[in-house]
Amino acid sequence: MILIAERINGMFTNVKQAIADKDKKVIQELAKKQTDAGAAYLDVNIGTAAADQEGAMQWLVESIQETCSTPLCLDSQKPAVIAAGLKVINAQNGVMLNSTPLNKKSDEEIFDKYIEMANQAGPKASIIALTMDKNGVPQDIDTRVAIAAEIVSKAMEKGFDTQRLFIDPIILPVKVPNAQVQPGNILSAMDQIKYLSDPAPHMTIGLSNLSQGASERSLINRVFLAMAISRGLDSAIADVLDQDLMNIVATAEMLMNKQIYSDSFLKAYSSA
Amino acid sequence: MPVPEVAERFTGSVNRLTLGATKDNGGTRTSTVTVGGARNVVYGGSAAEAGEKPVVAMDVLDSKPDDWPDVLLEPYKDVLDSPGDWAKKCVEEFGADLICVKFDGIHPDKEDKDAAHAVKVTEEVLKAVGVPLVLWSCGNDEKDNQVMPKVSGAAKGEKCLIGTVTEDNYKSLTAIALADGHYLITQAPLDINIAKQVNILASDMGFPLERIVTFQATGALGYGIEYAYSIQERQRIAALTGDKMMAMPVICDVGYESWRAKEAKLTDAPGWGAAGDRGPMWETATAVCLLQAGVDIIRMRHPRAIATVKNFINQVWKSQ
Repeated sequence: MILIAERINGMFTNVKQAIADKDKKVIQELAKKQTDAGAAYLDVNIGTAAADQEGAMQWLVESIQETCSTPLCLDSQKPAVIAAGLKVINAQNGVMLNSTPLNKKSDEEIFDKYIEMANQAGPKASIIALTMDKNGVPQDIDTRVAIAAEIVSKAMEKGFDTQRLFIDPIILPVKVPNAQVQPGNILSAMDQIKYLSDPAPHMTIGLSNLSQGASERSLINRVFLAMAISRGLDSAIADVLDQDLMNIVATAEMLMNKQIYSDSFLKAYSSA
Repeated sequence: MPVPEVAERFTGSVNRLTLGATKDNGGTRTSTVTVGGARNVVYGGSAAEAGEKPVVAMDVLDSKPDDWPDVLLEPYKDVLDSPGDWAKKCVEEFGADLICVKFDGIHPDKEDKDAAHAVKVTEEVLKAVGVPLVLWSCGNDEKDNQVMPKVSGAAKGEKCLIGTVTEDNYKSLTAIALADGHYLITQAPLDINIAKQVNILASDMGFPLERIVTFQATGALGYGIEYAYSIQERQRIAALTGDKMMAMPVICDVGYESWRAKEAKLTDAPGWGAAGDRGPMWETATAVCLLQAGVDIIRMRHPRAIATVKNFINQVWKSQ
């Protein structure tokens, strides 16, 4: 499981404050804590924390990389913000460009731009692409899969290795009226997305979004993650500091025969 | 449109380790042996991904064997009482890459020999040959815990491969192997889950994963080789897909297991072909089969089987 740690995000008050105050320490501590917890990547998202998103992205990347070599997942739907981050990043261990829709009304070529930036960032750079296009986020299974198929075929066309491609079928808050059918739809979409290429493209989700505004948030996140792993999910942007969530990942992967069982399988997973 | 690349690619690799310490490294070995390093399955991928050539460790017993058939005794008949001479013969005449000293004689049900005997044999073999050694316990936990730490000490600094430790008995030998600078063999009873567990247990004691070689109680041709094969294959794939607890090189015991088979040792079986050929063939077939599953060190006994198997290895790992 490729876990992308979610905490360095301007939506969180302490991160927002740190960006405003240019307080590196808060960010560096989060980077370290999430790395120690087993994050493969650290998501870096400005959110609404700064008007100068490009500058804030650069400050975050530089602050993190002063003390931490965990690869970063630059999170913005604005190519210019990603590009600003890439200008100052050390991508030697890899980098993720998160995230691009297939296309946008205002920018038909946005996915191409992400591919170009990923290619420039080196062979270990990958892209998270959302199953979303100029018509917005689809609500049904078929359109999700169709957009994913277009993403995969466009990547192939451009010679971009599908093993560097992560499809995000976009999880919506379950509490939103009439959205309760969506988690099931996403699982069904995953069943088909994994057949779009061989080997299958990676699949990731922004897990915590599911429980936005709901009660029992951790429980909702944990259960859905286990369900999604059973359908082939192999990555998630999630709260890696939630130890129970991490244990669920280890257990679900073991149950899916992705990790060999041993009596100490939790320990084996966390030290792997 | 170009033909797509269909060869399987893996992200992990088998650990590479070098057995034996020469003078420069504080030992007395005149040569070292490096094993592991595979980045793909046998026959899979490019030659560069094949890793190090598998090697043969020839068995030398600490005491004269009492249950070996004549066909197997014949090549060693003049050296059976002297482990040193026996080892020398294996290296000089039969091309052994490593010598595996098997301490059968210390077993309480056999000759129940003491630690002083085992130490003497170890020193004798160390003196007689320059190749790295494998030092293999008798399988009785209590006796092994008395004797093997002494054996380890007698070969301190030689970077031997010493074992075996099991899920139920790993602490004393793991600790002493760590202190004496050896490599460790973790054993499991044809069980992938226990194999992983023993590795975790040894690692919890501070033993570096990079210095472990794993051993599954081997099954010979006709006696469970399919289980051994599929377990070795699964372990290899786990290593190649990045499971650090399973990324160790593998040793298997082909000699002992093959020569236990009645097809290998029975002389009074007219319909089965010449007894003199059957045993070596049985040992060869077992070894060649397991080599294809992905193993790194094979313990063997009969010189004819070894010659054939080494020829096979040289053909398959040609580029090395």
